Parts: sequence; C-alpha cells; structure tokens
Amino acid sequence: MSRTILYDSTMCIGCKACEGACAERWHLPYDDKVAAETRLSAHKLTAIQTFGEHFSRRLCQHCAVPTCASVCPVGAMQKTSLGPVVYDAQKCMGCRYCMTACPFQVPVYEWNSRLPKVRKCDMCYDRQRAGKPTACAEACPTGATTCGDRDALIAEARRRLAAKPGDYYQHIYGLEVVGGTSVLYLSAVPFEQIGLRTNLPQQPLPMLTWRVLEAVPDVVSVGSVLLGGIWWITNRRDEVARAEGGKK
Amino acid sequence: MSGRTLPRFTIWRAIFVVLMAAGAYATYLRVRYGLGGVTNLSDQFPWGIWIGFDILCGVGLAAGGFTLVAVVHIFNVERYKPILRPAVLTAFLGYVLVVLALLFDLGRPDRVWHPLVMWNPHSVMFEVAWCVTLYTSVLALEFAPAVFEKLGWHKPLDWLKFISVPLMIVGVILSTLHQSSLGSLYLIVPYKLYGLWYTPVLPVFFFLSAICAGLAMTIFESWHSSRAFGRALELPLAAGLARVLAMLLMTLLFVRFLDLEQRGVLGLLRLNRTETWLFGLEIVLLAVPMVLLFRRRVRWNPAKLYGCAVMVIFGFVANRLNVSITGMEAASGTHYVPRWTEIAVTLAIIALGFAVFRVIAQYFPIFEERHRDEASAGQAPARETRANERVPAPIG
Repeated sequence: MSRTILYDSTMCIGCKACEGACAERWHLPYDDKVAAETRLSAHKLTAIQTFGEHFSRRLCQHCAVPTCASVCPVGAMQKTSLGPVVYDAQKCMGCRYCMTACPFQVPVYEWNSRLPKVRKCDMCYDRQRAGKPTACAEACPTGATTCGDRDALIAEARRRLAAKPGDYYQHIYGLEVVGGTSVLYLSAVPFEQIGLRTNLPQQPLPMLTWRVLEAVPDVVSVGSVLLGGIWWITNRRDEVARAEGGKK
Repeated sequence: MSGRTLPRFTIWRAIFVVLMAAGAYATYLRVRYGLGGVTNLSDQFPWGIWIGFDILCGVGLAAGGFTLVAVVHIFNVERYKPILRPAVLTAFLGYVLVVLALLFDLGRPDRVWHPLVMWNPHSVMFEVAWCVTLYTSVLALEFAPAVFEKLGWHKPLDWLKFISVPLMIVGVILSTLHQSSLGSLYLIVPYKLYGLWYTPVLPVFFFLSAICAGLAMTIFESWHSSRAFGRALELPLAAGLARVLAMLLMTLLFVRFLDLEQRGVLGLLRLNRTETWLFGLEIVLLAVPMVLLFRRRVRWNPAKLYGCAVMVIFGFVANRLNVSITGMEAASGTHYVPRWTEIAVTLAIIALGFAVFRVIAQYFPIFEERHRDEASAGQAPARETRANERVPAPIG
C-alpha cells in the first residue's frame, strides 16, 4: 500500500496551517517572517505560494522513481515501500547532486552550518508508519491537503473532477510526470499557472543516466580486450622487426 | 647555487605568495563559516566554480596523462616517450588537486570516503568517485618509477615494470569512463541545462574534448618546462601532438554542430541571449586554434603553437563553465557570480599545482635528458640502464 498526499488548489484558502504544522513537526522556528517566505529553505520544508487568486503548495513530490535517490553516490536518499522518499543524514557527504538533479528543485541545504545536511519533506515517515496522517494533512482546516492510500486518493481526485467539471482543469498532476509522484495536485487552471513544471518527461529521469551506466561493464570488458590486443600487436610488430633486423 | 639561503625574489614567487595567502585566508573562512559564508551558492544554484572549474576542468586538463600513456605504451609510438613522464606528472598533480578542491566543495569533507563503502551503482557520481580514486592510485604508480629511480630502489621498480601493461590499460579504461561520466552527470537535467549544451551524447563530447584539453595541456606544459629549465622545446613532438589536436578539434566541432542540427536547436543561435554569446566564445576558442594548427608554419613555431594550446585550454574551460554554470542559470531562476573566496581558493589551488610541478621536476628525473644523464653518470647501476634501453621503461 503506497501512501500519497492529494493537494487540491481549489480548496486551499492560503491559511498556511500546513506550514506551521510542518515546522512544528521538524522543530523549526515558525513566525510571521518565516510565513512570509515563499521559497523552500533549510528552515521551511513546505511553502504555500500565491498565483493571482490561486494557491499552490511546494513540498517534496516523493517520486515513484526518485531522481535524488538515483543520483546520490552514497544512497542517502531512499524510496520507501510506504511511499515517502527519506534521507539519511549520516550517509550524506554534501555533494549536493540531489539538489542539482531534482526536477522539482526540492532538496535544500543548510548553507550556514559547519556540519550541514540536506533537508526536505519526508512525508512524515515516522507518523505514517504509526498509521497517522502527515502533520500538514492533519492541520489543514479545509481538506485541501489530504493524505491516504494512493489508489483511493486517485479515485477521490477523479470523483472531484467529474463532480465539478467547471471548477477544475481536467487533469491530475503527478500521475505521469517523471514516472508518477506520491504527491498529486488538482487545480482550477493549467498547472504551469500555479508554478508546477510541465516541461518534464513522463519517463523517470534516472533512465537517462542508467542507460549510460549500464554500458560501463561493456566498456571495461571490450576496452580491456581491445587495448590489450592493440598492445600485443604493436609490441609484437616491434619484436618481429627487431628480430628480423638482427638476422640481416 | 652556493650558500644562498633565501630564495631569489621573482615576480612569479611574489604572485605565488599572495595567492597562497589569500587561499589560506579563504580556507580559514570556509572552515569557520561553512559554504554559505564563503560562496554565492544557493538552494537554486547548488554547484558553482568549485565544481564547474576545479573539478570539471581539472579532471579534463589532466587527460594528457592517459592519452600519452595510450599513445606511447599501448599504440607503441615510442617517439613521444620524452614528454610522457611530464604528462603523467601533470595528470597526477591534477587529480590530487581535484580531490583537494573537492574537499572545499563537499559539505562534509570528512565523509569524502563514503562512496567507497556506501554503494549506489545507479549514481553517475558514485562511478566518478570510484574511477577518480582508482585512477589517482594508478597515476601514483605510473609516476612512482621517477621517484624510485631517484632513490635507487630497484626492487619496486622491477615490480612496477612487471605490472605496467595491465596497469596502463586499467588507467586508460578508468579515464575513458570518468572523463565521459562527468558529462553524464548532466544527462539527468534535460529540463534545466540549456539546449545548446544538453544532448544525450554529452558523455561523448566530454571525452573527446578532454583529450583535446589533455593534448593542449601537454604542449602548454612542455613549453613552460622548456623555458623554466632552459631546455629546448621538443618541437617535433609538440608539433606532432598539435596535428592530432587539430584533427580532434575538427571532429569535435563537426559532431557538435551535427548534434545541434539533429536536435533541431540551431535556431537558438539566432537568439540574442547570454547563452548564445558564451556558446560563440567557446566555439571560437576551439575553432580558431583548429584552423591555425592545420598550418605547418604555426605548428613549428613555438610561440604560435603555445598560443594555440592556450586558446584550446580556454575554449575547453569555457565549455565546462558553460555546461555547469551558463547553461544552468536560466532554469534556476537565479544569477550566480562566484564570491571572492571561491576564486581565491581556485587560484591558490592552480598556483599550488604550478609550484609543486616545478619542485618535482627540479628534483626528480622527469625530463628525458636529465634522466639519461643521471643514468649514464652512474647514479643508476648498469643493470638498470640496460633494462631501460632494452624494454621501454614501464610507465614513464
């Protein structure tokens, strides 16, 4: 059973209760100043953004095939079977490739720390394992953010699209993008108008590098034989030339 | 020579001292205040010049080592042997400095060894980490004969000679892998890297351009060594490399434009954007020396040859900075200009490279003539000299 978050922009009133609950859960300071920030940062792992009269919410998308987990050289990012993509700070060496590679620009860094960590939403992995909803879903007063089983939430999203076709842009964001994500969006307007990336492929991004990495064993085996062969031939040619030269 | 206690004052030494002092202060700030205190990096732009220049350019410019090892010992073109050892030394120092630079850039440099024990074979960075570690070890072994000769240690020399051929083959393969993999790092950001640079064949371009940079660097380094040590430039060899360089540059530029055309993004060149101009700069810095180096007159003129090598090096650097910085800026929604401390660390590392090369070249048998002189002067026993004449010295 895979856990998923459904964020319905049409139901969001921009109260930022999710931000406050998230900060509390991570023991991060949260005041008016932090609330006014619209970017993710080391002290703000989810953010409500305003686009005209529409709201949007930024948080880790918990991709089905996460780019961050694929690029991390030490395997500090892992996709759990429960759904959340979790981060192991004890492994991380701070190369920040996850930040460069994330298609949603989610992982953030503790730039001003002397022992810095990457930070990102982990979909309240500990709470979810205990059967509780995420802190943001629990705090949301309107039901704009809900959390539950993926199939059930997809069904719920489709039901809303069908029930009020005039209120919704008739798509669910997160079903196909980069191979699907564990955070789904509904919106009244096309998704790029609420700040979501729509230029991403439907294929998981890790395939792009895996195709090349797969070739490594071939390069090693074919390369060794080829180079060894070239060495043998050129060396042998010299030996023969020398031997023939000696005879004359 | 006699009784001088203080090193002679020269402008280069003064520059060196200033750069090292600035670098040392920047290092202190880096340790004291973390990455945020000394860099202009941000969550939107997490990789700056320490990755784009120190790592991407550093590794590429050190490619002369494996290229010449392949030419001399695998393809057996023995006439290039006199410039092999300096090229291997350049490569070895290059890699050591790249690792040094990496320690500045990593958030947790104390964990630089983590990829060696915590595996993720799906990560290009993991592959690069392993290749760079192994290849730096290979380079140390390839350079070791110079040290052992100086010290007169014959047992390890014989041992190195015994493993030299497999070692060289491993070195060439590791280089092929990680030179191209530095390009593969960017395959995962098709939506971020600007169309003039993002291409599925990025690893091939990185590999080809690294060989060009390695050859240019070998010419550059030969020219400087000849001046520094009052030796004649091995002009026939440098000119020979230059001819290969010209052909490789032509291949590189041809496939790059073919790729742009195939992907249908040539139209981007008509846009008046920063990317277009910096792409143009990169291409000009590679195309001009290519055209010039096809002329024999240029190849056989030390000053002009040197000028072309410098242009290729700059063109290569422009390419790497374009991929890692110029091409990534638009999608990041921010503007990155390195802070003085980032530049200070980078310059100090370059200065350190030049200085250490000079010192090593002074005290160890790096250049063929010196090497032979010492051998015939009886510093190496007759057995060794014979062995050197009969079999090509293992690696260098």
